[in-house]
Parts: sequence; C-alpha cells; structure tokens
Amino acid sequence: MKILVQGKTQGTILKSNTPINFLGTVDKKTGIISDKNHELYNKSIKNSILVFPSGVGSSVGAYTIYSIKSNDTAPLAMICQKADLTVATGCALANIPLLVDDKLFSSLQTGQKISLDTDTSNPLTLL
Amino acid sequence: MELTKQEESALKGEQGEIMQMAYRILVATGEATDAEKLIPIEWAHLSGVNYNTIGDAGEEFLSGISKNARVKVRTTLNPMGFDIDNVSKYGLDDNFISKQLSIKNSYEKMGVIPSFSCIPYEIFDIPKEGTQVAFAESNAAIHANSYDNLKTNKESAFSALASAITGKSPYSSIRKDDTPNLTIRMKVKNPNELTYGMLGFFAGKVGDTSVNISGLGEMDKRQCKAMCGGMGTSGTCAKFLFGDGDPRCEKVDFDQKEMQNVYDELNTAEKGDLITLGSPQLGLDEISDLAGKLKGRSFKKRCMIFCPRTVKEQARKIGYTNELERAGCEILSDCCTCLTPLISKDDVDSVTTNSIKGAFYLKNSNGVNVNLKSLSQIVEDETR
Repeated sequence: MKILVQGKTQGTILKSNTPINFLGTVDKKTGIISDKNHELYNKSIKNSILVFPSGVGSSVGAYTIYSIKSNDTAPLAMICQKADLTVATGCALANIPLLVDDKLFSSLQTGQKISLDTDTSNPLTLL
Repeated sequence: MELTKQEESALKGEQGEIMQMAYRILVATGEATDAEKLIPIEWAHLSGVNYNTIGDAGEEFLSGISKNARVKVRTTLNPMGFDIDNVSKYGLDDNFISKQLSIKNSYEKMGVIPSFSCIPYEIFDIPKEGTQVAFAESNAAIHANSYDNLKTNKESAFSALASAITGKSPYSSIRKDDTPNLTIRMKVKNPNELTYGMLGFFAGKVGDTSVNISGLGEMDKRQCKAMCGGMGTSGTCAKFLFGDGDPRCEKVDFDQKEMQNVYDELNTAEKGDLITLGSPQLGLDEISDLAGKLKGRSFKKRCMIFCPRTVKEQARKIGYTNELERAGCEILSDCCTCLTPLISKDDVDSVTTNSIKGAFYLKNSNGVNVNLKSLSQIVEDETR
C-alpha cells in the first residue's frame, strides 16, 4: 500500500470502476459528476470516501481537487487502484488523505462504512 | 524517494512556505511514480491558467503564492479564457475578465513567459534530444515524449508548477527508458485527423504509462496533434512509440468497431450551430493549409479559429488572416476551444469540430452537443 497523503477520517464509500477526469466532469460548486457516460453520473462525491481506479485526462484536474476542497464539496479521502499525478498532487495540496492499493480497491464496495488513519499499522478498518 | 539535505530542509519549511509547498507536491509526485530521487529539469510548461477551469480557489491560490514564488527555469504557459483584442464581442462578464487578468498577472509576477499556448512544441525551439522537461498540458507532454525526444511525466498543473519553482522533478520510469507492455494495432484504412484523434482517445483508455502503436504510416502535423490531444484526454498515458515493440506485448486492435465506439461516445449531434477549429491550437502550417482550402469559399455559419498569438502575428504578415477573415472566420489567440468560456449552451445547442479533445470538454464542461467531422468534410459541408 502506498500512502500518498496522510490523514485520519471516517465515512461511507462511494466506488466507481471507471477512472475520473476531474476537470470538466466534476462540478466544483456541488461535487456532482456531470459526464453522462460516467457510472457516477449525477452523484455527488462530497464527503464520501471516493474509491476509483485513477484520475485521467487533464492536468488541470489538480486545481479541481483543490477547488472542491475550498468549496467544501470534496471527498473526505480517496482510495485509488493506481497512482496518477493529477490526483496525487491535487490531494497533496488540498490535504485530502490518499491511499493507493490494487487489492484494497478491488475489495471495497459502495455503502461500506470505514475508518481511516494513516498513522496506524492497519490504516483502514471496516465499521 | 531519497532527498538531499537541502531538499529535506525545504520540505521541513526551513526555506519558506513556498518551497515547502513545492517539495510536498514533488514528494507526492515521486511516491506516485516510484522515483528514487529528484533530477534537474530545463523547461516547465504550466496548465491552470483559464479562469473557467481553476475558478476562484485557483485565482486566490496563484495570487497568494505569486507574492513570493519565482520560477527557476524557463517556464511557459497554457491558454487562458479569452483574447483581449476581441473579448468585448463575446459577452463575458466583468468579473470573469478581472479574475482572468489577475491570474495572468500572478503568472507574470512569478517570471513565467505569457505564451498562452497549448502547443509549446510548435512555437518554441526544442532543446537537444533527451532533455528533461516538465509539461503539464496533456497533449504537449505526450507530444514532447513521442515526437520531440524530450522526457516528461504527464505532469499535473501542480507538479509542473512545483518543478518550475524548484527546477526539479522526480526521476520516474517515464523519464528513463520506459518500455510499454501493450501494443495497439491501427487497422483503420485511409485515416484522417479525426481517426487519429479517436485512436488517441482509445489508446489513452487502454494504455498505462506508455503504449506501442503499429500501422501508423505517415502522419502530418494535424494528425499527430489530434492523436496527442485524444490520448491526453482519456487516460494517464504519457507516451507512444511507433511500431510493434517487444513481441511479448499484449496486442489490441483499433479497427472500425473500436473507432465507432469512440465516435458514439463523443458525437451527439447531426449538425452544429457553429464550428470551432483548434484544440490543440492551430499552428502556422494548419492555418496555411486552411487558408488554401478556403480559397474562393466562405463559411455558411460562424467559425471560430484558435491559435497562439505568435502564430496569429505570423499569419497576419503572410496574409492568411485576411484570407480567413474574408471566409468568415473569427481568429482568436491566447485561448483555445478546450474549456472556452466563449461558447455557452445559452447561445448554441451544438458545435461542429474535428477535435476529439475539444469534443470531450465541449460536451462535459460546456454542456453543448457535438458534431464530429474531419476538416475536409467541414469545408465541404459548411462552406459555399
């Protein structure tokens, strides 16, 4: 497991099996996904533990992540299957905890409640 | 990632808040790419300029850091939201204009060259083979790695900014001799730039950090740019190599069926209310070619053309801008089709373009329908 941004939080998982292009498909003011072809279309990522394969597309997506944090519409934490620079640096600047782990990605499901603390030896516990 | 004593001290905040922030971003980048150390870079190209994309949070962030941050290496800049020479014709509100100008000022204060272009590889001299750079604009990063013999991550807006401020970037695998594990076999016959854009979009979806693509044949500049633009939009892929690559690579075909899937995802209208060309922005070759195609013809509807300011100046001197304006084109510099605030769903329902990258963002961000056509088809159908 890679811990790219440290932190501690609790919340409910919202999972997507499709990657996310944060720029242009995530509404900065509401945190709602606007891409009609995306499996999270019309869902809000606000205050979720967002689990998805990786960020894709525009490099400016990092600013979107920073903006949703400033607008209080960001996820509480993110868990990805593989690392990408848009999500890694967006979360680093916005202080959103970010884990990358292939197996963990596969095992987590929407609706599960988890507690996350990157300072402990087992950073993730199901509640 | 191993840091030198000086880098450690910057990360701890002993060299000020700006350096601490920059090193935090570089460390996250390094951990994400499994890099073992930081290396010097010679050129950074930044994204995150258009107020339409970075919003108030971005504008305030840049205004704050520009008080103290200065770039250490040559740093160029992506397009912004409008062309100041003709912005009054497009009905943008005063707030947009003043916020955009604040962003422009912040970058200039940091020492960034205000190039406002997403095709730095066409308007600046390319450094010698193998030079390490940090390009954030996704099409430019892919172009730099695949055509220009430069080395860059597919940087994020923040990793490129951190590299500009520190002059360093993590030594990731793509900066070494990266070998793809996937080969895409291009099977579509008689491809045009739209085909290559769709191939790029497909490759971005199936590829990881880099891919081989076989069966490409001769490609002109427009086709190369279309492919880089499409690839940058859909994936994390930072580079393509020409040919079959290692025989043990997994093989995937790009044929009519795969192409149709991309087309069906992005084409949502039979026709457009207006036409846009340039995403990535048009270079001088493309402007010249377009002026040739439009000899004796005029557009039947509005046609917006996006190019860098330097290209527009050259085109003016040669006489192409006169020719294009006569044919009904609106020529805009410093901005781009992609994420433009100048096309609103309040005014138009649909847009015709030959850009896959443009199509994706017009559809998802501007909320307008998109009619995809190659440039030759656009000229044939939309002019008289």
